[in-house]
Amino acid sequence: MLDEHDVVATVRRVQLKELRLWVQEGWIKPAVSDDGPAFDDLDVARVRLVCDLRKEMSLPVDAVPVVLSLLDQVHGLRRELRDLAQAVDTQPPEVRRAISAAYQAGASKQP
Amino acid sequence: MDDPYKTLGVAKDASQAEIKKAYRKLVKTLHPDLHPGDAAKAAQFQAVSAANDIIGDAKQRKRFDAGEIDASGQERPPRQYYRDHANADPRGRYDSGAGFGDFEDLSGAFSDLFGARAQSRSKGFAARGADRRYHLKVGFLDAVRGATRAVPLPDGSAIDLKIPAGVRDGQTLRLRGKGQAGVGGGPAGDAYVELSVDTHPVFTRDGNDIEVELPISFDEAILGAKVEVPTLTGKVSMGIPKGATSGQRLRLKGKGVAPASGAAGDQFVRLKIVTPSKPDAEMEAIAQRWRDHATEDPRANSWREL
Repeated sequence: MLDEHDVVATVRRVQLKELRLWVQEGWIKPAVSDDGPAFDDLDVARVRLVCDLRKEMSLPVDAVPVVLSLLDQVHGLRRELRDLAQAVDTQPPEVRRAISAAYQAGASKQP
Repeated sequence: MDDPYKTLGVAKDASQAEIKKAYRKLVKTLHPDLHPGDAAKAAQFQAVSAANDIIGDAKQRKRFDAGEIDASGQERPPRQYYRDHANADPRGRYDSGAGFGDFEDLSGAFSDLFGARAQSRSKGFAARGADRRYHLKVGFLDAVRGATRAVPLPDGSAIDLKIPAGVRDGQTLRLRGKGQAGVGGGPAGDAYVELSVDTHPVFTRDGNDIEVELPISFDEAILGAKVEVPTLTGKVSMGIPKGATSGQRLRLKGKGVAPASGAAGDQFVRLKIVTPSKPDAEMEAIAQRWRDHATEDPRANSWREL
């Protein structure tokens, strides 16, 4: 767990003022601790992502929450899909074959 | 690695601004976090970053053009992207399930499936409250024995958190319904308390097993002895066998961490022979007599693989 200053020292491309703003905006959601916000690996990776969006891609501030919201939806959908695939995986072979056949039939029905 | 100019798609005489523009454009189309799961784009992005490290920097570019450095020296270690962490996060903390709100219209088993999962997130205007995250530092012995700690809530109140005996560093406790209030009659979110456990100057913990280093004197090692050992529950007397040696591990069964559920671990005592800090004349005489007739080479094993 890192505090604000650790994050600034680790990521280097972010300033304390920016980091606080991003947390305030809800882009990064650190845990609450007795000594202020506490960031784990996932939070720090997200700080790096916002750095890339803002600095490498020069995305305007307004666009960041739009991109993050879409990304979070993509990750949410990927997670559901992965869980569903795993659930299918645990079925007996004949059930898996039936699902696979119905799935392919559904895909070929699309215009 | 390929020619960095080719990788970024710019001419050899491109200006620094043109290179920057080309790089920026490629980042936007290739960034791995904008294409979760696309390995080809990730590899391409890696090459683009490395190329930019060289010719995106005027000084490095000059050295590269002069042939002082080559492209291969610039390859960076693969970076962990947000998507890697997001995929690995067991709770999907940032993930949004809002994209499933309309799946409940599907008929049959699938809607039951997604309906049940989606219900925990949102249904119509009723939305489940957001989860809250706390981080709590717990002392080594508090984690071993269990403790009660007050976790402050944003509204000024506090919840008494029961930390069960035997919690581990990095473990997360869940307080159902202690997150933010739901909207439109939706259930409240949960509070997750992530624990980090301090280390201890004497005890080292590995799961439920405890290890301590125990200094013993040379005579205790040779002759054997009965000594007192610190354990989590106080001093315990333990026999040192005759002819003990440094590094030897003795086990005190069941003297490790006793978790709230499950079997207790063991304590391991690692012996360390300590010679007198100020050997006197008699000690030296003993050592000299020993040296005169000793035949065993303690370093015999050190040359084995040479």
